[in-house]
Amino acid sequence: MLQFDSQLAEIRFGYGLSPNISGPSSPTALLDGLRGADEIAARFPIEPFSVFRQRMVAVQEQYMIRRKNRGTEEAGEARKQRNLLNKDARIAMFESLGQTMLRRTHTQTAFRERLVAFWADHFTAHGKRGVARRATSPYIEDAIRPNLTGNFAQLLQAAVMHPLMLDYLDQIRSLGPNSIRAGKMGPSKSPGLNENLAREVLELHTLGVNGPYSQEDVTQLAELFTGMSFQPQNGFKFRKDFVEPGAETVLGKTYPDVENIEPIRAVLADLAAHPATMRHLAEKLAVHFISDNPDADLVDRIAAALVASGGELMAAYEALVTHPAAWTPTLMNYKPPIDFMSSALRSMGVPEAAFKDLEEKDYRQMFASHLSIMGQRWELPNGPDGWSEDDENWITPQGLTARVRWSMGVPARLMGNALPDPRDFVEIALGRHGNDAVRFAASAAESKSEAIGLVLMSPPFQRR
Amino acid sequence: MTSELSRRAFLTRTGLIGCSLAASPLITPVSFAQTPWDNRLVVIILRGGMDGLDAVQPYGDPALRGLRGTLSGGPENGALDLDGYFAMHPALAPLMPMWQAQQLAFVHAVSTPYRDKRSHFDGQDLLEAGTADLADGVRDGWLNRMLQSVPGVHAQTAYAIGRSDMRLLQGDAEVANWSPGSNLRLSPQAVRLMEVITESDPAMFAALTEARLLSEASLEAPERGVPGHVQLAEFAAQQLSKEARIAAFSLNGWDTHRNQINTLPRALTTLAETLVALRDKMRGNTWRKTAVIAMTEFGRTARQNGTQGTDHGTGGVMVLAGGAIRGGRVYGDWPGLGDGTLYENRDLMPTGDVRAHTAWIMQGLTGLNRATIEGSIFPGVDMGDNPGLLL
Repeated sequence: MLQFDSQLAEIRFGYGLSPNISGPSSPTALLDGLRGADEIAARFPIEPFSVFRQRMVAVQEQYMIRRKNRGTEEAGEARKQRNLLNKDARIAMFESLGQTMLRRTHTQTAFRERLVAFWADHFTAHGKRGVARRATSPYIEDAIRPNLTGNFAQLLQAAVMHPLMLDYLDQIRSLGPNSIRAGKMGPSKSPGLNENLAREVLELHTLGVNGPYSQEDVTQLAELFTGMSFQPQNGFKFRKDFVEPGAETVLGKTYPDVENIEPIRAVLADLAAHPATMRHLAEKLAVHFISDNPDADLVDRIAAALVASGGELMAAYEALVTHPAAWTPTLMNYKPPIDFMSSALRSMGVPEAAFKDLEEKDYRQMFASHLSIMGQRWELPNGPDGWSEDDENWITPQGLTARVRWSMGVPARLMGNALPDPRDFVEIALGRHGNDAVRFAASAAESKSEAIGLVLMSPPFQRR
Repeated sequence: MTSELSRRAFLTRTGLIGCSLAASPLITPVSFAQTPWDNRLVVIILRGGMDGLDAVQPYGDPALRGLRGTLSGGPENGALDLDGYFAMHPALAPLMPMWQAQQLAFVHAVSTPYRDKRSHFDGQDLLEAGTADLADGVRDGWLNRMLQSVPGVHAQTAYAIGRSDMRLLQGDAEVANWSPGSNLRLSPQAVRLMEVITESDPAMFAALTEARLLSEASLEAPERGVPGHVQLAEFAAQQLSKEARIAAFSLNGWDTHRNQINTLPRALTTLAETLVALRDKMRGNTWRKTAVIAMTEFGRTARQNGTQGTDHGTGGVMVLAGGAIRGGRVYGDWPGLGDGTLYENRDLMPTGDVRAHTAWIMQGLTGLNRATIEGSIFPGVDMGDNPGLLL
């Protein structure tokens, strides 16, 4: 008998309770939300990568002008232009932070936003230098968001073959040692393979570190991946002159010696369909949504659903939200910093107007600098394995101190006079998970902002 | 500072603070104890897999040039000769005075027992777990196991510093977690209310209590404009000059798959500045009693890859610093880089165990007996003969 609870659905599978939006009425409704139109993305748009690319083109143009006119006034002007373009992109990055917060605050389908964040973390990618460093949200719009509800193979292909991933994991300059380009460059430049993407595809994205692959598979996959590259003007580009000639064998299957992306798509589809991949994904979903030590049967069911459906993500989500373990009333997982902030904003119903006219320094003072001390810098992951799921990693003296400081200062700044009455706020933010200790604290605090801060710092708000 | 903590311990023992605080696992009824040893140990985890062959270049090995077209260029390309065979990467130049003062050493061609998968995450887990494998998962770190085997250790003895996860110090023994500038500033009323609401959540309660204690303990605010790693090192040096005996933190940026000639110097400079800051900020003769061990999860490929970088490997380098170190030497059993000497024809062959060298340093600093070290701190390690890393 499922202990389904509408509030728990919002807390555990969404971004917490909202003063204006009620949660789904059943697990079916929770899933149905994913099949509906993506209204919130239209309401709070974020620049897709196809548009972001133009920024890279513009920067490259200025670079070419500088190169051709070194030492002249034109070069100086080009440098200024480039700096303006970089600044623009940086501001856009902060604005996407705002849009992300607004989406999570106002969406009727918070489960979708959680899944976007989950898969974006699973497929962590970050630009290496220049404006590319600001391309994360655009990448998520293009590669992750449209592929949440189809087959995992589709999502895998979209993410792994995306220009930002190719940049992040060094695929762009990986050349087959016997490729045409390597031949032209000559041995003194030592051109050749870079294994980074191949390794992380096997270790992080699909089979998992304990999966049945060897160093030889990594190398073969790296050879198979050669050719994948990117140009700002055109996006993804397959470079035949980068391709390592010859067939490659990965996990015992041989992929033909052709100079196009078909073998790459094929190997990714095969990796997606591997039972070890499905187990790996099931574990990640259970850990992320339920608990650091998830119920073994829950993991088994999700894995089985993926196997039975041939990798359909909706089947996995259904297995997740229809399992009794998903509805354990005790709140477990500790919210990581960005999710904590998102749920705080949602609990107050922070209006769109609060983000209008925000400047870069406002984003830094209200969000970015705090996230930094909390240990989760905005769009600056520690590595391709994304953010830690381990509660212990976040429940540290410095992490909690930073949350206290944020909780007692920033809501007042965002809401001004509209900061809710703390006694009402306990009920709105915590619902059935409120307790007497929090109610007491909310009414005994010396100021409204301190009281709000205490509610936000309470264990039932910090966990999900 | 000492008196503040003693006062709190006294208050706790006599029950004058609310019983909720007294129940906190971090405030034991034992009063402020002396540690059984006076030496200091600093452990720095270099995350990402530092390229030992570029940090400490074996330019005397004739096979090096054939493996690396543009990297590890030796003294001809600015590397600083150490002993006629090895040369230090130019970015480590700030450490030359320490080398000349014999307070800096390297151990080459060492690794943990980790083989073959070459995953950062598993490699670091194993490095910090100090076990032979990860079959039992990472329950606690070796540094914490060391603390567990010593009576009288309490939360101010060991610090895990910085914002990243330090598995090394996770475990049953109490450790303080801190980063500079993290002071908790709450009114007494707010403190009381925070206690009330977090009492039901032991993990949160403990972390907040610790935050308050550490805020009280750390009086010096960080300077503006000082880089993060220098702040960390200065904070560590401050605490080690007082009651702390152990500090651990990590430095990232070592995963140089691409364009290593530009990316590695940044990380090496960070390491150099960190070691210099530690030495410079220690008071009195603390540095003379200190051993710093910088270790990494694995080295990198002997050959450079197709993007002027290196990929994950096996054998690598440990960096040792401090007045307690017998410096001015490159230790280790050099296996060579020629035909047939590489591990899997790919990586520098490891001829020594990171744990064994660490164990000998630990033994020398703390006087812990070898059986304890080989039995519970680094289970399964074969310490072998004393390599003589300490004075």
